[in-house]
Amino acid sequence: MLALPLAALIAKSSSVGWAEFWRIATDPVALSAYEITFVTALLAALVNGVMGTLTAWVLVRYAFPGKKLLEGLIDLPFALPTAVAGLTLATVYSSNGWIGSLLAPFGIRISFTRLGVGVAMLFISFPFVVRTVQPVLQELERDVEEAAWSLGASRWQTFWRVVLPQILPAVLTGVALGFSRAVGEYGSIVIIASSIPFRDLIAAVLVIQRLEQYDYAGATVIGTAMLGISFLSLVVINLLQAWGSRHET
Amino acid sequence: MKPDGISGVQPEPSTNPWLSGLLIGIVGLYIALLLGIPVVNIFYQAFREGIPAFLQHLTERELLSALRLTVLTALVVVPLNTFFGLCAALALAHRRFPGRALLLSLIDLPFSISPVVAGLMLVLIFGRQGWLGSWNLRVIFAFPGIVLATAFITLPFVAREVLPVLEEAGTEEEEAAKTLGANSWQIFWRITLPNIRWGLLYGVILTNARAMGEFGAVAVVSGNIIGRTQTLPLFVEDAYRSYATGSAYAAAVVLSLLAVVTLVAKELLERGSPSRRVF
Repeated sequence: MLALPLAALIAKSSSVGWAEFWRIATDPVALSAYEITFVTALLAALVNGVMGTLTAWVLVRYAFPGKKLLEGLIDLPFALPTAVAGLTLATVYSSNGWIGSLLAPFGIRISFTRLGVGVAMLFISFPFVVRTVQPVLQELERDVEEAAWSLGASRWQTFWRVVLPQILPAVLTGVALGFSRAVGEYGSIVIIASSIPFRDLIAAVLVIQRLEQYDYAGATVIGTAMLGISFLSLVVINLLQAWGSRHET
Repeated sequence: MKPDGISGVQPEPSTNPWLSGLLIGIVGLYIALLLGIPVVNIFYQAFREGIPAFLQHLTERELLSALRLTVLTALVVVPLNTFFGLCAALALAHRRFPGRALLLSLIDLPFSISPVVAGLMLVLIFGRQGWLGSWNLRVIFAFPGIVLATAFITLPFVAREVLPVLEEAGTEEEEAAKTLGANSWQIFWRITLPNIRWGLLYGVILTNARAMGEFGAVAVVSGNIIGRTQTLPLFVEDAYRSYATGSAYAAAVVLSLLAVVTLVAKELLERGSPSRRVF
């Protein structure tokens, strides 16, 4: 079930031949699709690295009205089918949508541009950082922070020197998980983007376009390139998790 | 002088109302823009023409047949992957053997692979020009393909949820039962299953949510033939593209209710156990 499909992909891409593989993999349309996919996914994951940490912090440390609702909304991107996410984001962020219409006067268009790809990626990768950081933050020893304050450290120093080093492995794990999810995302992006090459065409959509043209070699080569990145981020995630649990047992 | 020293500790940052207010405001705004407003929009768009119009869209033939296919797929995939996930978790728990780590990451593979690439792999095996293409199995562009793609994507959920629970429960109770003369079937039904039931249930709910909502992998293998191989998420995209916004949002509401049920179930199940889960 798992190994056979993988073998089929690798067999097919190796049957193409090196020179041909390289030509397809570095075709300008493909290169631009990788760049749009990976750079946008990385930016989205990093933004969520900051916002997710902040969200986890707010949820763990503060009590405020509406906290339950906020807490419940966080897992929504995990549970909501991506087609629905794409549909509603495309509407809300289109130039006559609720949020898009506020930005349109400034010449900012989100739906059907690369910004739209970014918004969809922000949406689907949001919960990862919150959910990896939250448990770590909950178990932090408050004494250490109190010790830092009593020794005269400022709030910012305490966060920067005491809290952040302890939660950093969790933050980076969440960023890597979010990145890997955003890179592979298809459903929401195909709806919110116009999928025009060099503008907002992502790698996953390119694979489908190649398949629709019965260009199996092309689809396979690009799919293999994406797979390589997935494996790389898997390795990074495992390393980060090992780093995060280095003090345990 | 000691009490003075203790009261001399600076107040915690959380007691600064300005800072906490600002941070809560930023987080609230971000979540509203990214999650809250889009969710409200789903229901607003679906019901903006009134409930009769919504019901009319909901009972369109294409939508109903897409819904039927989605439910049917879940009915096949969920029991299949529950069984497999349970077996995998039972086989992997409490045992250390060479290749265990490899097997674990192999099970996790569908999480890190793009669904589109997963679908592509199936096409390369079962498609016209694929490995088994000459057998003329009607898999691609047909129901079996949709089931296979969905099963691949949802493979890890049950094992991922059950495995930690099994590891935490330990083997003591099972060993005690064994020394008292219980056979392995009895041990499973009376000891193991009750121990893991909540984790298992949660895994099943996640599997179901993903199975019904899967888009990318199914899009590759199904061929999206309206009324025949179009699942509900594919219907949403198709309706949106053909400017049938009302139908798209009617289907979106159905899928959103699925998400709501999943989240509520998660909340209820988590109340029992303090540990937070990352999907």
